[in-house]
Amino acid sequence: MIEDLAGLVARHPLLEGLPGGIPERVAGCARNVVFDAGALLLAEGEPADTLYLLRRGRVALEVHSPGRGTLVIETLDAGAAVGWSWLFPPYRWHLDARAIGPVGAVAVDARCLRDKADADPAFGYELMKRVSAVLLDRLQATRLRLLDLYGNDRLA
Amino acid sequence: MTASPEAPALRSGQGGGTGPLVPSPCRVVGRRVETDDVVTLLLEPPPGSSLAWRPGQFNMLTAFGVGEAAISVSGAPRELGPLRHTVRDVGAVTHALCRAPVGSVLGVRGAYGTDWGVDEIGDADVVVVAGGIGLAPLRGAIWTIADRLGAGGGRLFVAIGARLPDQVVFGDDLAAWREAGAEVALTVDAAAPGWNGPVGLVTTLLPKMAFDPGRTVAMLCGPEIMMRFVARDLLDRGVDPARIRVSIERNMQCGVGLCGHCQLGPLLVCRDGPVLAYHRVGELMTERER
Repeated sequence: MIEDLAGLVARHPLLEGLPGGIPERVAGCARNVVFDAGALLLAEGEPADTLYLLRRGRVALEVHSPGRGTLVIETLDAGAAVGWSWLFPPYRWHLDARAIGPVGAVAVDARCLRDKADADPAFGYELMKRVSAVLLDRLQATRLRLLDLYGNDRLA
Repeated sequence: MTASPEAPALRSGQGGGTGPLVPSPCRVVGRRVETDDVVTLLLEPPPGSSLAWRPGQFNMLTAFGVGEAAISVSGAPRELGPLRHTVRDVGAVTHALCRAPVGSVLGVRGAYGTDWGVDEIGDADVVVVAGGIGLAPLRGAIWTIADRLGAGGGRLFVAIGARLPDQVVFGDDLAAWREAGAEVALTVDAAAPGWNGPVGLVTTLLPKMAFDPGRTVAMLCGPEIMMRFVARDLLDRGVDPARIRVSIERNMQCGVGLCGHCQLGPLLVCRDGPVLAYHRVGELMTERER
């Protein structure tokens, strides 16, 4: 079971190409999960205890805004990683993440992962480099969307 | 920097006017509301005249008594009949154009500028990336390429970004392009629950598109920041910058390379553009408009 998970983890874009042994160590904290359409992977305010590596399906990140209802601010598809609040105290989710249709993922126990990273800084550094690259991409994309690109984009 | 020393192309507007700066009176014979602030107008030229254009070119449209604006042609060569322009209400002139009722008369001069070069594509894969109303200048090129799919050429990928689901223009065309064999993907900046499509930047659509970078022609139109990011991703994938075409918009006023308002480094966008190869214009796209 661990070997199967290790293969899934090793092939996931977040960790693909990392030195041997790292995917296995991540897989040691992981399990396979599935969600039905509409199910919540994360709920705002709840303990952030899991990193999800999406294998199939689409997940919507949602926020609730008084007077505006629920807004989908981003969707993530197979190959993406969901959930970063497990990295830093107070380890609480800031958003909801809801399955749009059936979703399959590898769920990595965050405390287990943090403990391994703390115990082995080399492992932790490799992990953080990958996580940081994704966070940077998301930050850049968010900055662009803050510009409201299509709001006043063409003379036409 | 100075403008190109080449002589301005004083091509006459072909609508029956007496010179390149004289608009032809065209009657509004159709009007379609695309979104809350976007309208497509069908314009009939005067009897005995025609308004020739190629996909990617623009016309100067006049709302008499208000002013003139550069608006890309949104028609497709397969569509015979009236000239088609899709206008977004962003200012006084475009507001007047958007409100022009059927039966009213607008001025048209052009067509001006460079086009997408759809006849030079050969059997390349084509990646089209449009943001917002930027789909309008691409519509004719997409239709032309879609009509050729299945005839032994390359594949067609269309990635579209919009602000909200209800601000996507040309919804009927999207379905027709898919039916013709194109891969069409759409993403929005935000959505309410119930929208099952992607939410995010248009660049997030590209990794899922299996085009062959070594034989790809890309056509980009939308906000320049978007085009820069898309071009960067295409370059990272290995697409030749000379085969990435972008549609640039600056402050086009005369349309014929005389006034200089649309100068961008050594280029006059109305004459040398609006469609330009990225290797020629990429670095200039960070120039501030004067």
